[in-house]
Amino acid sequence: MSGRLIRIGVSRGLIEMRQTMTTPSDLIGYAFSPVLLVALLFLIRDEKVPGSDLSLGAYSLVSSMAMLLVIGSLLGMAQYLAMDREDGTLLRAKAVPNGMVGYLIGRIVLVAGTSVFTCAVALIPGAFLVDGLRFDVFTAVTLLWLAPLGLLALMPLGAVLGSFFESVRAAALLMMPTLTITGISGIFYPISALPGWLQGVGQTFPMYWLGLGLRSAFLSDEPGQLWRAVLVLSLWAVAGLVLAPGVLRRMARRESGSLVAARRERALARTI
Amino acid sequence: MTGSVLAAGAAADTPGADTVIEVRDLRMRYGDKEVLSGVDFTASAGEVVALLGPNGAGKSTTIEILEGFRLRSGGHVRVLGVDPASGDEHWRSRLGVVLQSWRDHGKWRVGELLRHLGSYYDEPWPVAELLDLVGLTASAGTVIARLSGGQRRRLDVAIGIVGRPDLLFLDEPTVGFDPEARRDFHDLIHRLTDVDSTAVLLTTHDLDEAEKLADRILILATGRIVASGSADELSRQVAGESEVRWSRDGERFVHSAADATGFVRDLFRQHGEAIGDLEVRRASLEETYMRLVRDAEGAR
Repeated sequence: MSGRLIRIGVSRGLIEMRQTMTTPSDLIGYAFSPVLLVALLFLIRDEKVPGSDLSLGAYSLVSSMAMLLVIGSLLGMAQYLAMDREDGTLLRAKAVPNGMVGYLIGRIVLVAGTSVFTCAVALIPGAFLVDGLRFDVFTAVTLLWLAPLGLLALMPLGAVLGSFFESVRAAALLMMPTLTITGISGIFYPISALPGWLQGVGQTFPMYWLGLGLRSAFLSDEPGQLWRAVLVLSLWAVAGLVLAPGVLRRMARRESGSLVAARRERALARTI
Repeated sequence: MTGSVLAAGAAADTPGADTVIEVRDLRMRYGDKEVLSGVDFTASAGEVVALLGPNGAGKSTTIEILEGFRLRSGGHVRVLGVDPASGDEHWRSRLGVVLQSWRDHGKWRVGELLRHLGSYYDEPWPVAELLDLVGLTASAGTVIARLSGGQRRRLDVAIGIVGRPDLLFLDEPTVGFDPEARRDFHDLIHRLTDVDSTAVLLTTHDLDEAEKLADRILILATGRIVASGSADELSRQVAGESEVRWSRDGERFVHSAADATGFVRDLFRQHGEAIGDLEVRRASLEETYMRLVRDAEGAR
């Protein structure tokens, strides 16, 4: 892959980032979950995590960024892929030399950018509402490796999942398992409140470990098991990176004008 | 009669040095259904070839195979000397593709998208020149989702040619156009083939469009090419009879003749100055086309 191609892809991502950040309906979409979250934090601002001095608000604010990252990058990637197949963006990329590589780099930049933006919308006002967050060198260092590793675990996986959905509506169904996993990943409440086997299930998914990593970065008295977070997230990243190129290539190979036209017919039939 | 057209076409179908498309015995089946059953044709550099046929004749399938977007079931295909099934990115950079329907990049601005897509090529058209060529200069800053159908299509063509392709594919380029937009579009294609030696392969089910745009028309029916030639050649060789009208001594006459020229020569020899209002009308391409398609479908 040449430097020129990477530059084209990155500039593509930045152009689309600017477009989405100046589209009011998109902005509302990105801000919806974080604003809801901050409202929730306001309601529980005085409560404590059971058995500790930690404010439940601080705990939830930090952990729920793991949820926002999963929604933003895994679901975001899957939905973009479904959407781009439906409207022909992917086929357009296929018609251009090296267009698929440029397209994917662009999508990675865009999805990473919007995910981080969503987290910032929650974190910045949230930090004024809750007590006990720390911002020091350790926070910065942890975020510097955790955020890229998390995105690397989530985006390829999202791309693989997105390849299996023929329409944006079908891809939106991914929200249901995501919310179920949120329930067993210790996002709004410590996982220790759950039965042991359910804790085990929750700990197989990236969301739990992202939450744990984020808590160790922002909350001083959260016991860290950071090496386990690194291990699990790396495994997911490797699995995604091994699977994604083959699955994406297979999906791209099957794209053709008549397929896009057929999907368009279906999409139009739904709206009538 | 049909046989003589195929023979005339075959002479032009021998691949030469400037052959850009070479198709021999192309076959495509979906399950049990054979969509293409032995398509043969070639196209040369700078040539505009129309693939004309009724809906479901296999036009889009053919063009998608040539574009490398669909794998064929059998036969020999070379596009710019390369098998599309294994074409690399360099090969891809010499092709321009305009598909039936795009809705992509709706948030991008016209100029912005052309600049971006041009950057994938070594020598793209300068955006300003390209916009001028397709008549979109005034819309350079317009968001693509707000373009009219005709403007959107012209943008699609601009994108198709931004990399200065040697061969441009146009799949049903003017479906859903009003007559004015259609004429503008035809002018654009003429301008395009004037400035560059780009070869164009277009599919259409619109006879009038094929006649206006193409140097050569291939009629595809029931999965094979049933006739090929210029509009003129097709109507001359297939339909045969022409209609001759004239007047003599204030009386009007109509006669159908296979050899209209000979008939008129005799007419003048016999009556000389007495002949007036002479009119010779060759069978229209439409009649030719309908007949060819009917014959092919009947023979199936």
